[in-house]
Amino acid sequence: MTEKKKSQLSILFSVIALIGIAIVLFCVNRFTPPTFMLRTVLQLGAIYALVAVSMNLLNGFTGLFSLGQAGFMAVGAYTFAIFTIPVSSRPGVYYLYGVADWLKNIHLPILAGLLAAGLVAAVLAALIGAPVLRLKSDYFAIATLGFAEIVRIIVGSTPMNRVTNGSLGLKMIPKFPNFYFPFLISGICILIIALLLRSSYGRAFKAIREDEIAAEAMGINLAKHKQMSFIISSFFAGIGGALMGMFLGAITSTTFNITLTYNILLIVVIGGMGSMTGSIISAFLVIAAREWWLRFLDQSTYIGSFHVPLLKTGFRMVVFSIILMIVVLFFRKGIMGMKEFNWNFILNRLDKKDPAASAGGEGNE
Amino acid sequence: MTNILEIKNLVVSYGGIEAVKGIDMTVPEGEIVTLIGANGAGKSTTLKSIAGLVKPKEASIQFKGQELVGKTPDFIVSQGITLVPEGRRVFPNLTVLENLKIGAYLRKDNLKSDLDYVFSLFPRLLEREWQMAGTLSGGEQQMLAVGRALMSKPKLIMMDEPSLGLAPLVVKDIFNIIQTINGEGITVLLIEQNANMALKIAHKAYVIETGKITMEGTGAELLANEEIKEAYLGKTK
Repeated sequence: MTEKKKSQLSILFSVIALIGIAIVLFCVNRFTPPTFMLRTVLQLGAIYALVAVSMNLLNGFTGLFSLGQAGFMAVGAYTFAIFTIPVSSRPGVYYLYGVADWLKNIHLPILAGLLAAGLVAAVLAALIGAPVLRLKSDYFAIATLGFAEIVRIIVGSTPMNRVTNGSLGLKMIPKFPNFYFPFLISGICILIIALLLRSSYGRAFKAIREDEIAAEAMGINLAKHKQMSFIISSFFAGIGGALMGMFLGAITSTTFNITLTYNILLIVVIGGMGSMTGSIISAFLVIAAREWWLRFLDQSTYIGSFHVPLLKTGFRMVVFSIILMIVVLFFRKGIMGMKEFNWNFILNRLDKKDPAASAGGEGNE
Repeated sequence: MTNILEIKNLVVSYGGIEAVKGIDMTVPEGEIVTLIGANGAGKSTTLKSIAGLVKPKEASIQFKGQELVGKTPDFIVSQGITLVPEGRRVFPNLTVLENLKIGAYLRKDNLKSDLDYVFSLFPRLLEREWQMAGTLSGGEQQMLAVGRALMSKPKLIMMDEPSLGLAPLVVKDIFNIIQTINGEGITVLLIEQNANMALKIAHKAYVIETGKITMEGTGAELLANEEIKEAYLGKTK
């Protein structure tokens, strides 16, 4: 099989896979009850996939170990909520403190709100990026972690009462207009990140990850590219946060605590640092396992008259953590390592089944 | 012949200790110039200063009449100076092809002919186009580092110890390649501990000791010099 034919077949397979996914989503939407767990898992999985890919852009591709993801998600979610909660329901939401006067009549449609969420997160990243990106490895992680906590605390503080509703949080956030909405938005955002990583900028990011000095010697401006990666990652984290707000319908500052960052980091590590498809696959797997497949561990169970020990609320997370440890111990590079998903495993098998084609291939070499 | 690079009174200090104490050097266009010296003499620091990776305390470094001191590394690369860093420093988890493309990062024009040129110099790299650079042998990595530097279409290529840690036969290959590159009109500034090989191919050579130039001349002159023989070429009187 020639390279050209292989890439054509790859594209064909990808298109078929996409259509397949679309059909599955359609069936899930059409034939499952609204409370069915699979719906929740798929939607939440799509949101986590976007956030994980945006974190991977920074941590896995540019080699900047950031722990600020939850902070930027909080910024995005709050920006989105503040501007999109219907004006008519605001008195109910801000029943205790009232709405700030400048905010009273500003209202954005959902898509504009998502964009605003991303932009505010990106602007904030640009502001803190200049000083923070001078730090190396662990110090950078600590600084971004601190930033995320500062955001969370400011958002929940009393001076912000009339904007963020302080510790009461915001509710009545618009829900997804339809079942497909999170998949569409996540899909578009991930596609943009994928295109970016395929460009010469993506190569520059990877070069910085591999060897800063060599990258600099090749004429790559370190400060500029790190800043760029940080801003883009934060932009999409902001959109991810807004989607999370839509999914939950109500947010408080504790929604975006450090545990959220760790959960995303887990997804990135399990999927493979430096693999976008790895992050996407692992986002769905981790969410499904945590929210659905392991749920039975939380209910006390009888087999006949035998009471299965240990099964009670919270045990699910114990098992989940043990699985994580096993993954980190034995699959240190995650599901995909640094590779991206491709169809070679099928293409190579086709090659073997078709002796004429493979003989021709060898003859060409 | 005009000088492509002129360095006047280069002083570099690391935390108060002067590594380079006032060097004057000129690199004539189209020649191979080598800087030899022992460990810690200040060779690498000199190259890094030219590339903009290290900020000199004081100096004037002129490339084709343009002052480079205070300029950023990406500007200096865009002017046509490329450094092949010490210890090769290829990007290990990227493919050979990606490594070469990163070398051409600042260029926006078509890379095809330059890729072909590098592959014609190093056919081995073409065979391993899709292999991760980290899986190449030491000699292949050095070829990749040189190829990567050539992708930026430099007028002056600076090499920091290209023979470091390589088998003698491979070293010979690398030096042949240096002469080939020079034959294409690219000026070469070469740093070496392997003084014998370096002096043989150099048109002009400098000896650096503890941050100062102690001797200069043509390659052949220094090769015949008794002091050099004793100190760097390992011959007894």
